[in-house]
Amino acid sequence: MSFPWAQQYKPVNPFMRWMDEKLPLPRLVYNSLGAGYPVPRNLNYFWNFGILAGLCLGLQIVTGIILAMHYAANAGVAFDSVEHIMRDVNWGWMLRYAHANGASAFFVVIYIHIFRGFFYGSYKAPREMVWLLGVTIFLLMMATAFMGYVLPWGQMSFWGAKVITGLFSAIPLVGDPLQQWLLGGFAPDNAALNRFFSLHYLLPFVIAGVVILHIWALHIPGSSNPTGVEVKSESDTVPFYPYFVAKDGWAVGAFAFLYCLVLFFFPNSLGHPDNYIPANPMSTPAHIVPEWYFWPFYAILRAFTADFFFIPAKLMGVLAMFSAILVWFFMPWLDRSPVRSGAYRPLYRKFFWVLVLDALVLGYCGGAPAAEPYVMISQIAAIYYFAHFLIIVPIVSAIERPDPLPTSITEAVLGKDENVPLMASPTAPFPGTQHSNA
Amino acid sequence: MIRIISILVGLFFTVALAWSFGNGAYQQITEPPPVTAEHEFHRHPKEVHFASDGAFGKFDRQQLQRGFQVYKEVCSACHSLSHVAFRDLTQLGYSDPEVKAIAKGFQVPGIDPNTGEDAMRPGMPTDYFPKPFANDIAARAANNNAVPPDLSLMTKARHDGPAYVYSLLTGYQAQPAALLKEFPDAKTPNGLHYNPYFANLNLAMPPPLTSTGQVSYGDGTKATVDQMAKDVSAFLVWTAEPKLEKRKQTGWPVLGFLLFATILGYMSYKNIWYEKKKHKA
Ligand code: HEC
Ligand code: HEM
Repeated sequence: MSFPWAQQYKPVNPFMRWMDEKLPLPRLVYNSLGAGYPVPRNLNYFWNFGILAGLCLGLQIVTGIILAMHYAANAGVAFDSVEHIMRDVNWGWMLRYAHANGASAFFVVIYIHIFRGFFYGSYKAPREMVWLLGVTIFLLMMATAFMGYVLPWGQMSFWGAKVITGLFSAIPLVGDPLQQWLLGGFAPDNAALNRFFSLHYLLPFVIAGVVILHIWALHIPGSSNPTGVEVKSESDTVPFYPYFVAKDGWAVGAFAFLYCLVLFFFPNSLGHPDNYIPANPMSTPAHIVPEWYFWPFYAILRAFTADFFFIPAKLMGVLAMFSAILVWFFMPWLDRSPVRSGAYRPLYRKFFWVLVLDALVLGYCGGAPAAEPYVMISQIAAIYYFAHFLIIVPIVSAIERPDPLPTSITEAVLGKDENVPLMASPTAPFPGTQHSNA
Repeated sequence: MIRIISILVGLFFTVALAWSFGNGAYQQITEPPPVTAEHEFHRHPKEVHFASDGAFGKFDRQQLQRGFQVYKEVCSACHSLSHVAFRDLTQLGYSDPEVKAIAKGFQVPGIDPNTGEDAMRPGMPTDYFPKPFANDIAARAANNNAVPPDLSLMTKARHDGPAYVYSLLTGYQAQPAALLKEFPDAKTPNGLHYNPYFANLNLAMPPPLTSTGQVSYGDGTKATVDQMAKDVSAFLVWTAEPKLEKRKQTGWPVLGFLLFATILGYMSYKNIWYEKKKHKA
């Protein structure tokens, strides 16, 4: 697609030739996941997480559709229908644990994917659109996960829905009517459950659509790489097939191993016990907490405990929580450093690691009860969070003196003087298989 | 321009947070939150082990049957078990005729075949365990204004579930003198019972297991309070997740296969990249 030396799709089989003329789907696959997509040869394992995210999305859609065949979105029976899946549906317990833990796995993967972007400056030109679409995906994922968690209609489902939709009531004037409109009532009930189910089924397909745009936008400039130096010649790249198919392949295996370890041996460790209690509007749980992947943002929400001039604390919290994600959209313009990769930015790199630590601290506090010392710790951590994106990144990118960059990817990989041709010739079998039968 | 706006927005949030922090810190110093009796006297569940624990854990069916007996003879007077059907009891090692007999021993709501009116009839294996109270109001009226919760999912619905149930059942005691000295207002109210494993220390359930031999086990196990508590907790692990054994048994071959596939994948990755990596300085 993107580089002149990309290999061309040449159908040999007459059927494929016929297909290629009418609807070049095989060509599309060849050019995006096959030998027709040249990829920087120096990608490290952080570049595997995009594929893993795609895998998670597929997994969630497949398990979700089967669950939906047995689930009943009615406040009277939703909880029981989930237990019916756990007990009476063939392999229902596995499907449900796969879907619940699949959501967690998806967020683990996506957080690594996003922080890969922060470290290596993946958001910078010419990949701004890739990044904007990525943040959009993340927002859609959060909405999907939130609504999915409401479906089992346990205590945390109900109270989570109540608290999160309650955030909209902080908006001046229209807040309360807005919340009632969102819920279809004064509190979460059948109307809310039904619309959440409908949207929870819809949004993953919207995400799939945005993922296609995300990858389309990515394939215009091609992937970035750990040096941040753009591809200059053929020796900088390798074809996606077989090189990255093989690398992604074993990464998928390792990921599936860890995921199944949790699924089969610790399936409830990431969930909250209260969600095994049926929803009860008359009894408030001692601590209402969302799922772990929302904790950093939940900590930011709760960090605002005092009214700020005429702005009520609750409204400040809501503003800050949404802004905490929205600032990501602006990264390509906040970070003005000409150097892309954190590997060559000594100062930015340090702040990046502080941000990682800061996010973990926020996450911990968000899962803890809303009491001291957690609130004060989250206040300090939230100060750093906003300072990082809105103050430190713009200033650092203006004053930092980056390290010298390698002149090319090939140089970074092979050292200065060695310059080995990468592809012997496009028609020769790829080197690794010469001593095998395949 | 965008950087100036960005820094201003950044200052807005950080100053607002600092303001919240300052207010909070001031409040902590001027009026620190009072220490509560729950904070001081609540205890974490005791350490206990069950046959179903661990990656190779399996249910001890003898124990599950004993636990079922405790549930049937003691707990079922107040607690429902609504997600469990009599037919499920075959998983505890009961035969079909035994399950039929157990089901028959319970009266379940039904319809009089002649008049069509509500009536009770003996249970059948396809029935679920009946509820001891017609509704929550009846349950409250009989239990000092508390509803005994359904027990099917209890061990999943509390942190450290099985150990918690065991500790709760064996944890009743007189209110410590130290507590009353420190918190004179925290005296256990009439009709409630002191138990340091319960979140707010006082619960409406009277100690259900009180004396050795309260149930007589068919398998000769001595029915001490401790033993009965353990057995019924083990039984409630099963009711909460009847598929626990199958889950672990499925997990091992799945992990084995994935490990094998991952190693193969890794080796083919190494093989394919061999030429590319060879020249690395
Ligand atoms: C006399 C009626 C009665 C009997 C018999 C009884 N319970 Fe309870 N149980 C209650 C009531 C009432 C509550 C609610 C207590 C409260 O919320 O204050 C309760 C609560 C519980 C709880 C939940 C505590 C919590 O964390 O909310 C468990 C677990 C429990 N009972 C287990 C058992 C077991 C096991 C047995 C049989 C050995 C049993 N109960 C027998 C009345 C009873
Ligand atoms: C459903 C969720 C997502 C899927 C399936 C997905 C998929 C992918 C894939 C397959 C790639 C190429 C491989 C790689 O670089 O790892 C990629 C690249 C990228 N993704 Fe995502 N992504 C998702 C969400 C996100 C999110 C939430 C963000 C950021 C907020 C993001 C930012 C990026 C960026 C910047 C790149 C380009 C990196 C580079 O070329 O160096 N993605 N994505």
